[in-house]
Amino acid sequence: MQVLTALVKAFLVGGALCAAGQLLIDRTRLTPARILTSYVVAGVVLGGLGLYPKLVEFAGAGASVPLLGFGSLLAQGVRRAVAQQGLLGALTGGFTAASAGITAALFFSLLAALAAKSKAK
Amino acid sequence: MALRKGRHTILFETPPSLRAFAAIGSDMEAQGPLGQCFDLIERDAYFGQDSWERAESQMQERVVRRVLEKAQLPPSQVQGAFAGDLLNQCVGSTYGLRGLGVPYVGLFGACSTMAEALVAAAVFLEAGAMERAVACTSSHFCTAERQFRYPLEYGGQRPPTAQWTATAAGAALLDRGERPPFIRGAVVGAIRDLGITDAANMGAAMAPAAADTLARFFADTGLRPQQFDLVVTGDLGLVGSRLLRQLLEEEGFPLDRCHADCGLMLYDRQKQDVHAGGSGCGCSAAVLCGHLLPLLRQGTLQNLLFVATGALMSPTVVQQGESIPGIAHLVWLSHKKSGEVASCRC
Amino acid sequence: MKMTPEEYGELARQASPPSPTGKNLAMAFLVGGGICMLGEGLRLCYRALGATEQNAPTLVSVTLVALAVALTGLGVYDKLAKVAGAGTLVPITGFANAVASPSIEFKSEGLVLGLAAKMFLIAGPVLVYGTAASVAYGVLVWLWGLF
Repeated sequence: MQVLTALVKAFLVGGALCAAGQLLIDRTRLTPARILTSYVVAGVVLGGLGLYPKLVEFAGAGASVPLLGFGSLLAQGVRRAVAQQGLLGALTGGFTAASAGITAALFFSLLAALAAKSKAK
Repeated sequence: MALRKGRHTILFETPPSLRAFAAIGSDMEAQGPLGQCFDLIERDAYFGQDSWERAESQMQERVVRRVLEKAQLPPSQVQGAFAGDLLNQCVGSTYGLRGLGVPYVGLFGACSTMAEALVAAAVFLEAGAMERAVACTSSHFCTAERQFRYPLEYGGQRPPTAQWTATAAGAALLDRGERPPFIRGAVVGAIRDLGITDAANMGAAMAPAAADTLARFFADTGLRPQQFDLVVTGDLGLVGSRLLRQLLEEEGFPLDRCHADCGLMLYDRQKQDVHAGGSGCGCSAAVLCGHLLPLLRQGTLQNLLFVATGALMSPTVVQQGESIPGIAHLVWLSHKKSGEVASCRC
Repeated sequence: MKMTPEEYGELARQASPPSPTGKNLAMAFLVGGGICMLGEGLRLCYRALGATEQNAPTLVSVTLVALAVALTGLGVYDKLAKVAGAGTLVPITGFANAVASPSIEFKSEGLVLGLAAKMFLIAGPVLVYGTAASVAYGVLVWLWGLF
């Protein structure tokens, strides 16, 4: 039952965050790259204000998987690093926290690009 | 000699003949309503090459060689190749035609290139500077996507106004012979820009240019749209076609039912996922060379206005916030070399 | 033609069919929600397998990224995205697709100037502005701590 609740919460919150992105695509002329960028920056702001971690606590992957979660992760990483290292943490914290996701995207993409070829549509 | 009538219309005293023509396409095009009209269909979008750009060049080379074959001419008998495409520095054409050894005039008119090439070749022939010339252009969905939009594997959604770049090419051989059809007249278009900035709505960006060129032709010649079996625009698609009809109606030249658009002819919009229709230089070139010119040769169509439209934009200037200028060149094609235009069969 | 750009813009707007927003929203919600639910399922699995509370979400991200990159390489992700729109854009899988797709596309221009240099064509801004925002936030946190 607990598992089911967690899955439903993730589905609803994640779905809502994506639907909001779709509204931006259809109703404004923002390009996908701009929408991704806005989501990450908004995530940093919401994470910095301490609001987003609460949503992650509630919805789990429903909040951490959308790119807002990536932004929030950057903010939390920075806060932790500043507490430990002082001002230097502002430069090290973000990438430290997000390193796994970024490195995975880089490395797997390299492998995929070596193996795959662009296909006709 | 070519004569000028009115302000901008060129009329040919000895109209050049379109001796041979050919069209090539790929899978999507073969599945469309005009699938049977292509001389060559290559299901492999790479055309046996290892990059999309080489594929497009290969397409042009094959279609030009096919035209020469149909005209039973070696390349050495042709004095000029007028060609262009959408790629930077027109590499589709230059690399496609480099092996032929034919004098080359590179053109950039975006999707209006087929009409531009026909006009230029016809004027060279009329001036006596050439005996025979080839007009040719191509577009490839994959080269256009990676140059103008996104990588092919990128997950993006196209708005309903977007058009599908045809993977196709068309070529025609002009000479001073007697085989129909003939190029009786032409209008070189002026650049028109009514401020459309949405690169996913090219039809809207090009419609004013098409309306302007057609209005000038009708005003210069005193002819009416209804005197032609068909007024065929290049690739205005659904949105641009609607706008063209509205604009010309305001100018006092209603098109009624004699208007067709290559972008709406090449694909079946109900069955194929092409949104507002086809586009790309190859779209109008293939529809003309594969479908319309054969009908003109038979005499099924007597008089036709071919108005290829182009959006003269680059991603760089559009990113800088510039609007998209459009252009449209007109070619008057006829089954007969001379005589009055009286038919109204539409 | 005496039409002004404003008048023509209005005419063009009327002639352009609108995006099917209702259908798009529903698909974005379903697919986006589905990806997040998959993520949550994975997170619970990793937790059950003994991952710490901090590591589990990281493992989820890495798994989803790997999955999205693989689907991009197989030429499937863009087909899903055509239907799902923001549903495949907003989750971290959209970021992975944005990194993988240009690297596959521009491999034809070489491993250095093509594949690698173009890797951040679309995803670059996300990293640049995300990082910049986090640095600004870090400076604020530091200043706050001084007083």
